[in-house]
Amino acid sequence: MVHKSSVPLYWRLQKSRYTLTGTKCHTCNTVYFPPKEFCPACRRKGDIREFRFSGRGKIISYTVIRVPPEGFEKYTPYTVAIIELDEGTRLSGQVVGNPESIDIGRKVSPVFRKFHEDGPAGLIQYGIKFELVAEETPLK
Amino acid sequence: MTRRVAVVGVGYTKFGEHWERSLRDLSTEAGALALADSKLDGKDIQALYVGNMSAGRFIGQGHLGALAAEYAGLLPIPATRFEAACASSAVAFKNACIAIQSGKYDVIMAAGAEKMTDLMGTDAIATLMGAGDQEWEASVGLTFAGLYALIARRHMAVYGTTREQMAMVSVNNHKNGVLNERAQFRYEITVEQVLKSAMISDPLTLLDCSPITDGAAAVILVSEEIARKLDNPIWVLSTSQATDTLALHNRASLTGLNATRVAARKTYQETGLSSRDIDVAEVHDCFSINEIIALEDLGFCEKGQGGKFVEDGKISRDSEIPVNTTGGLKSVGHPVGATGIRQLADLTNQLRGRCGPMQVTGANTGLALNIGGSGATAVVSMLANGDAKPKR
Ligand SMILES: [Zn+2]
Repeated sequence: MVHKSSVPLYWRLQKSRYTLTGTKCHTCNTVYFPPKEFCPACRRKGDIREFRFSGRGKIISYTVIRVPPEGFEKYTPYTVAIIELDEGTRLSGQVVGNPESIDIGRKVSPVFRKFHEDGPAGLIQYGIKFELVAEETPLK
Repeated sequence: MTRRVAVVGVGYTKFGEHWERSLRDLSTEAGALALADSKLDGKDIQALYVGNMSAGRFIGQGHLGALAAEYAGLLPIPATRFEAACASSAVAFKNACIAIQSGKYDVIMAAGAEKMTDLMGTDAIATLMGAGDQEWEASVGLTFAGLYALIARRHMAVYGTTREQMAMVSVNNHKNGVLNERAQFRYEITVEQVLKSAMISDPLTLLDCSPITDGAAAVILVSEEIARKLDNPIWVLSTSQATDTLALHNRASLTGLNATRVAARKTYQETGLSSRDIDVAEVHDCFSINEIIALEDLGFCEKGQGGKFVEDGKISRDSEIPVNTTGGLKSVGHPVGATGIRQLADLTNQLRGRCGPMQVTGANTGLALNIGGSGATAVVSMLANGDAKPKR
């Protein structure tokens, strides 16, 4: 993360990041995460309201980051996946646990974890990560 | 295109780690090389368009247009900076073409420059991630290699693309780059070396990734009336730009870049040509998987067959579609804001027949693809020496 100790940034994003709160357009029934305040499909006809995601979904693709950006050095290596949420949108998120057991198609559920310390002041960031749902056979 | 536009001069600095030289030194050198190549004079230039991704963070410098114009001795002409991540300078090129087509200007210098090695390792990686979504990708620890690793893993799962096939992209580009005096890395590598180099972001290793580079490139673009008076102009047949979601995860498919497909379709429509009519191509290989995907999205092979296309040797200098004949981003280096113009400079020299030992025999029509971020911006340009006609 390029930002250093940007408290307003984290404050602004906290609700979405901590509770997976996005939005839903009730005109076209499209869900948005991160939240959009404007439905690009319906434009002025859009009816946007808050929508809370369950955080359950499946892995579309994943990678183990071994050379991290600034701020993530202490947590390397870590796994990042693109996850398709059950409600129908996708996001990027870290997957905890053994990278060897992660695969495309595996189901995941959310967990609340520490993310990283930002900048020399060490503002600690928390948020949602994901863990594999146990005893699930991989579905491609 | 209404009013024709031609490239009449090209130049770029040695690419690499220029610890002793600043961004202004590099951009001035590239501009002087392009101007000398064009046989025009500095006072003929009416506007300067500069592509740059992130000088504000790499070196704390904004206001690149004025900086480059002053040091190149081009005051007081209008000078403007363009930003579209790694596609910054192709976007500058495209807008220069539009400005000449409009009749506003007759001679424009389009340049690109990036000074990346002033930042240390993880800081440079974080800066490059400015090309992605800061709030929703960078925040979970994604890097640029990470984004293309997500694409690679999905392409492998869906189409059976192998790590060996990806490695062959780097092998081909290094082989070509050996002959390029301005390339950052001038040595051959093997598939085994690629596979055994340090893992950056599974499945991509160090040698699947283009490097951190300092460098600058420039071209001189002119209107048809001026081009007719100069030697061997190379015509811009089309330059098309398209956009996709900033974050990779917001796209329905990870195995292709829709912005590339849209820009390519527009270019083929505008020119009446197809991928079969292209003699030589510059294709954005920031990561090896991206060249494989680009070969598919540009129509050189079927979707999913890019890996096999490379494995079958169809991109080498003497094959059906020579790709990245001067080394690509992998070997020449990838100063992000300069790459788009560097590609167009090399393509121009191929079409002029001035590539020496790197020359593709009889190259008349060429295509360049420059990509920004994980594919949120794509610019496809087609150039030709004289008239380009469909081959079949
Ligand atoms: Zn809507």
